[in-house]
Amino acid sequence: MKFPILLDIQSAFKTFTRNKARSFLTTLGIIIGVASVIATVSIGQGASASIQNAINALGSNLLIILPGSSNLGGVQTGFGELSTLTLQDAKAIRKLPAVKTDAANIRMNEQVIWRGNNWGTSVMGTSSTFPIIKNWPVTKGEFFDKQQDNTAANVAVIGTTVATQLFGLMNPVGHIVLIHNVPFKIIGELKAIGFNAFGQDQDDIVVIPITTMMEKIAGISWVNIIMVSAKSKKDTEIAQSQITALLRQRHHIPPHKPNDFYVRNLTQIAQTAGSSAQIFTILLAAVAAVSLLVGGIGIMNIMLVSVTERTKEIGIRMAVGAKKYDILKQFLIESSVLSLFGGVLGIGLGVGISDLISAVSPLHTILTIEPIIISIVFSVAVGVFFGFYPAYKASNLNPVEALRYE
Amino acid sequence: MDSNISKTVIRLEHIGMIYKTGAINYEALKDINLTIYKGEFFSIMGASGSGKSTLMNILGCLDQPTSGKYFLEDEDVSMLSKDRLADIRNKKIGFVFQGFNLIQRLSIIENVELPLFYAGVAHKEANIEAKKALRLVDIAESKENNFPNQISGGEQQRVAIARAIVHNASIIMADEPTGNLDSVRSNELMSFFKKINDERNVTIILVTHEPDVAAFAKKHIIVKDGRIVDN
Repeated sequence: MKFPILLDIQSAFKTFTRNKARSFLTTLGIIIGVASVIATVSIGQGASASIQNAINALGSNLLIILPGSSNLGGVQTGFGELSTLTLQDAKAIRKLPAVKTDAANIRMNEQVIWRGNNWGTSVMGTSSTFPIIKNWPVTKGEFFDKQQDNTAANVAVIGTTVATQLFGLMNPVGHIVLIHNVPFKIIGELKAIGFNAFGQDQDDIVVIPITTMMEKIAGISWVNIIMVSAKSKKDTEIAQSQITALLRQRHHIPPHKPNDFYVRNLTQIAQTAGSSAQIFTILLAAVAAVSLLVGGIGIMNIMLVSVTERTKEIGIRMAVGAKKYDILKQFLIESSVLSLFGGVLGIGLGVGISDLISAVSPLHTILTIEPIIISIVFSVAVGVFFGFYPAYKASNLNPVEALRYE
Repeated sequence: MDSNISKTVIRLEHIGMIYKTGAINYEALKDINLTIYKGEFFSIMGASGSGKSTLMNILGCLDQPTSGKYFLEDEDVSMLSKDRLADIRNKKIGFVFQGFNLIQRLSIIENVELPLFYAGVAHKEANIEAKKALRLVDIAESKENNFPNQISGGEQQRVAIARAIVHNASIIMADEPTGNLDSVRSNELMSFFKKINDERNVTIILVTHEPDVAAFAKKHIIVKDGRIVDN
C-alpha cells in the first residue's frame, strides 16, 4: 500500500534499460504517433495563419468586381476580357449605402526606368482610396490624393521591391522615373507586405492614379477591376446584391440575360478556405491519433508479455506482502513511464519534422505549446489505459500458481 | 522448548482442501488437525503428491482451505480477503523456497528490503534492517549490490533467509530449502535455521522429504494421502 511511487518509477526504468531494444520498439508506435500529431498540427496551424494573413492582406470587407466573360462563336473567354466596366461604374458604386469606398484598377506590365536602371513590373492604376481598401499604408512619402487622381497627375507610389531594384538603399521619394516613356514623380513608398498566398511578390508594384493610367499609359476608357470596401463584414453580402442590381441597371441588362460582370466576395472565399484548412488539420490529426492508438495496443501487447515473463516475480512479491494494489500500481507505472518516454521522444521528433518542413518546403509551420502538452497528457493516458488490462491481470494472479511458474 | 512453547502460534481444526478440476473433485487434504507452538522447529514430511505442499501453502497464508478453521496467533485467517492475507504474510510469515525465489533484476540488498517496502518502512530504515539481516546469515557487505545470479546457490538461499527474517516474522516457512544444494551446503544452511530458531525464538516449519534435513527439526509430522499419519 505504501510502496513508494518513486521506487516503482526507478524500477520501471531498470526494466527498460535491461531490455533497451524491446522498450524502444514498443514505444516506437507512440513516438511516431506523437511526432505525427505534432507535425501535422504545426502544419495546419501554419496554414491557418497564412490564410489569416491572406485575409488581412485582402483588405477590409473586400468585394471585387470583374468584367464578364464573352462568348463569341462558342469561344468562352476568361474573366476580365470584356471592357464592360468603366470608371463611371465605380463612381456610381461608391454612392451605394452599404459601400464605404471603392477603387477601380487597371494593371499593365511596364518597364520602369530611372537613370541607368530599369525594372519590369506591374503598374497599377487605381483610386486614391486604394490604401484604405487594401489595408496597405505608405511608409515613406505619401499616397496620391483625390485631386491628383482627378487631374491625372504624373505621380507614382512604388513597392519596396521596385524601390530596391531601382534605387538600392536610397530614398526613392522625389525622384523622377519613366514609365511607358512618360515621366512620373515618386511621391511615396508602400509598406512591405511580402508574398501573397499564391507566392506572388506583392511589393513588386508601381501604383499611379487611374485617370493617369487610362489617359497617358493604357489609352483606354474601361477598367480591369473595381475593388469595393463594404461598410462592415455584415454588409459585404448586402453590398454584393446592391452592386449587382446597380450594374445591371447601368448596363441596361434585361431580366432574362446574364450579368456582364462578376461580383466576388473575397472575404467569404478566404474564410471558406480557412475553415477547410482547419477541417484538413483535424482530419490529419485524427489519422495521427489512430497511430497513437495503435502504439497503445503495442504497449498493451508487450506489457502482457512482460506480465507473463515476470509471473514468478509477481508471485514472490505477493508472498512477501504485496497487495493487489501494489502490483497493479507497479505495472501501471511501468506502462505509463514507457509511453511517456515514447511521448517525449515523439515530441522531439515532431518538433524536428516541423522545423525541417519549414526549412525545406514552402509550407510555413507554427508550433504552439498546446499540442505538446496534449501529446504528453495523451501518451500518459495511453499508457494507463492500455497498461490497465495487463496490470489488472498481474494483480489478480494467484500467489501459489505464480510462485510455481517457471 | 521449555517455557516458550506453551504459546500457540498455529492451530488447524478439521482443515480440508478440495481442488475442482473440471468435473472431478480432488481432495488434497482431509481433516487436518494440528497445533504448533511458539519457537518450535517443526518438520512436515511426505512423498510428492501427499498433500504436504498444499498444507504448506495454507499454513503460509498463500492459499485458503475449502473447509475447517485456521487460527494464526489466535486470529481466524481461514476466511480473510486476499489483501488481508498479504498483510499477514508481510508481517508474520517469512518464506524460503526450494528455488530460492529471489527477484533476478533486483540486487541482493533490494531483495531483502522488499518486504519492508510493502510494509511502508522508509528506505533508509529498510536498508539498515536489510544489512543487519544479511550479516546474520554471513553475507558480506561487498556482495550486497550483486545480483542473485552473481552469487552461489548456498548464498542465494541465505539471502532468502535474510529476506524471511528482515521484518521480524514470527514464523518461517521453508519449502524444501536444501533441494537445490549439495550436502555440505545443506548442513551449512540448516545450521542457520537452527541459529535463528535458537537465538530469535522464531517458529520454523520445514517441509522436506529428506530425513537428514528433517533431523534438524525437533518435532515431525508425516503427511500421506492428505492426512497426518504419524505425529
